[in-house]
Amino acid sequence: MSAAGGVPGSGHEVPGGTWRGISFEDRMATVEFRVGERAHITVDSEVCRSCTTKACVTACPANLFAPTSGGGILFNYEECFECGTCYMVCNHEGAITWTYPDGGLGVVFHQG
Amino acid sequence: MDKGDMVPTPGVSSDTPGFDAVVVGAGPAGSAAALALARAGRSVVLVERGPFPGSKNVYGGVVYGRVLDEVVPEWWNEVPVERWVVRRSTMMMTGSQSVSVDYRSAAWGEVPYNGMTTLRSRFDNWLATKAVEAGAQLVTSTVATGLLRDAHGRIVGVRTDRDRGELRANVVVACDGVNSFLAKEAGLMPPAEASHHTLGVKEVLDLPGHVIDERFGLRRSEGVDIEMLGCTRGIPGGGFLYTNSDTVSLGVVLSLPHLAEAKVRPEELIADLKNHPSVAPYLRGATLREYAAHLIPEGGYDTMPTMVTDGMLVAGDAAAMTLAAGLWLEGVNFAIGSGLAAGRAVDRAIAAGDCSAKGLASYRSDLEGQFVLADHKRFRKAPALVLSERIQQRYPGLICDLVDGMFTVTNPVPKPGGVRLTRSVAAKHGVKLRQLAADTVRALKVFG
Ligand SMILES: Cc1cc2nc3c(=O)[nH]c(=O)nc-3n(C[C@H](O)[C@H](O)[C@H](O)COP(=O)(O)OP(=O)(O)OC[C@H]3O[C@@H](n4cnc5c(N)ncnc54)[C@H](O)[C@@H]3O)c2cc1C
Ligand code: SF4
Ligand code: SF4
Repeated sequence: MSAAGGVPGSGHEVPGGTWRGISFEDRMATVEFRVGERAHITVDSEVCRSCTTKACVTACPANLFAPTSGGGILFNYEECFECGTCYMVCNHEGAITWTYPDGGLGVVFHQG
Repeated sequence: MDKGDMVPTPGVSSDTPGFDAVVVGAGPAGSAAALALARAGRSVVLVERGPFPGSKNVYGGVVYGRVLDEVVPEWWNEVPVERWVVRRSTMMMTGSQSVSVDYRSAAWGEVPYNGMTTLRSRFDNWLATKAVEAGAQLVTSTVATGLLRDAHGRIVGVRTDRDRGELRANVVVACDGVNSFLAKEAGLMPPAEASHHTLGVKEVLDLPGHVIDERFGLRRSEGVDIEMLGCTRGIPGGGFLYTNSDTVSLGVVLSLPHLAEAKVRPEELIADLKNHPSVAPYLRGATLREYAAHLIPEGGYDTMPTMVTDGMLVAGDAAAMTLAAGLWLEGVNFAIGSGLAAGRAVDRAIAAGDCSAKGLASYRSDLEGQFVLADHKRFRKAPALVLSERIQQRYPGLICDLVDGMFTVTNPVPKPGGVRLTRSVAAKHGVKLRQLAADTVRALKVFG
């Protein structure tokens, strides 16, 4: 296509033209987070130990739930979309304590 | 805010409400409610937890703007539009095939237009500014952390995370979106049910405007909206692609319980879509500008909460008002329509001196009388049909193979007849002709 000359460099596209190559880090680096000191979401890893689904691990769009070797969950609140997916897919009462970050903090979308 | 903060404060005295109304959330519903109240001469404070309106909000997205007629005459001259949608396409696909139903209308490119692509950081900000110009007081970077109640349990305002941050009002209008903690705290909404929600993940990709024009067959301010079915590895949902001025928004919408069960990461499904032979050529050379995610209340009419209680009403996504009648979503227009109606109802209730559930009840009847609840009621069975197994997993492939059978030239083997082709393709996809007929009737009933 003639217009291709106007297209910016291949950026996150990897050779061969597939998109699998975007690292998760690069993906999240496109999002602005104003990180507060208070963890607005906390996960009780003890409760997670008995969880058979570990649904949060794959469903969280920000990939913030990391399974530990002991069967628990390591969670970091800092780059969170505040979407609500985790508490909705989690069926273990008390595993997730979910609140919004304090006013003005957290994710800031510019292209939403 | 701790969970403990969400407990109603007992015994807060009900004297001197500071405002006529406090509106929580400066999304489309909240700004519309604040606007209607301010225009009616009521004192209203609009509380938003983000640093600016729109900063927490994500959608597809296309705004269907006719509801704005009530907000600003000739809104199309000032709304922060990206492109006017003149072409709308539904693409049914398998991993390697696609069939599109493509509609284009010149009229959609002219006043009053049908739909526009716009970004929420700009659109929500614009609408909130309208409310401020009308006299509403906007307070950003402030979370409403819970409800204030008087000794009788009546809602008399909200607590916020600011110092001395209590905001007292005759009525609270909860426009706090899909997770609405206020509606839950007020007892209007049952605890969140994953099966009534979908997750939307979206990438906004940089692509120069003239490249978008050429690839999608558009001129200047014209835009396209493509909805896709069959691209989510069997997880009920769909894909979308919308053209903005010099970016493309692309993403997938996924049923939450099925996503969790499938153990697939959402961004993998976006990658699938971007690699699809029918989509990849559109995006060649595009680079990621921003990745985003947000939930959608897709349950429709039958999952809506009670909308009023003493001293409070609920509008927009907080009341599950996103309409998913097809693969596309209409939520912003429903949020604005319900927000305006909420504002009017509060004004009437204050005038009549009765802000109890009874005094606010005209809100519901107003919504029933206009598109907001009329459309929802009419399409109440649509979400279940659109997300059903055959529509999601069998028909896209069946349709692709049917068209393949009609279009592929098989000489020297003679062409198969239509009936034989349909029967064999249907059988290949595990669908009986009888089911095909039954689903057609069902679809006619749901959408007819
Ligand atoms: C992926 C996706 C695609 C979509 N596509 C479309 C589309 O193409 N067209 C369309 O019309 N609709 C679409 N929708 C639906 C649309 O986005 C919503 O219906 C619409 O945003 C609802 O508006 P609202 O004002 O009710 O809620 P929101 O827009 O969610 O606004 C709620 C506001 O309240 C604020 N808030 C929440 N809690 C608090 C609190 N405690 N204190 C203070 N502030 C608070 C939030 O920060 C936010 O600004 C889509 C949604 C998604 C997720
Ligand atoms: S957060 Fe919930 S879903 Fe995730 S591992 Fe813990 S209990 Fe399981
Ligand atoms: S709110 Fe959303 S982004 Fe944040 S941790 Fe939960 S699932 Fe992940």
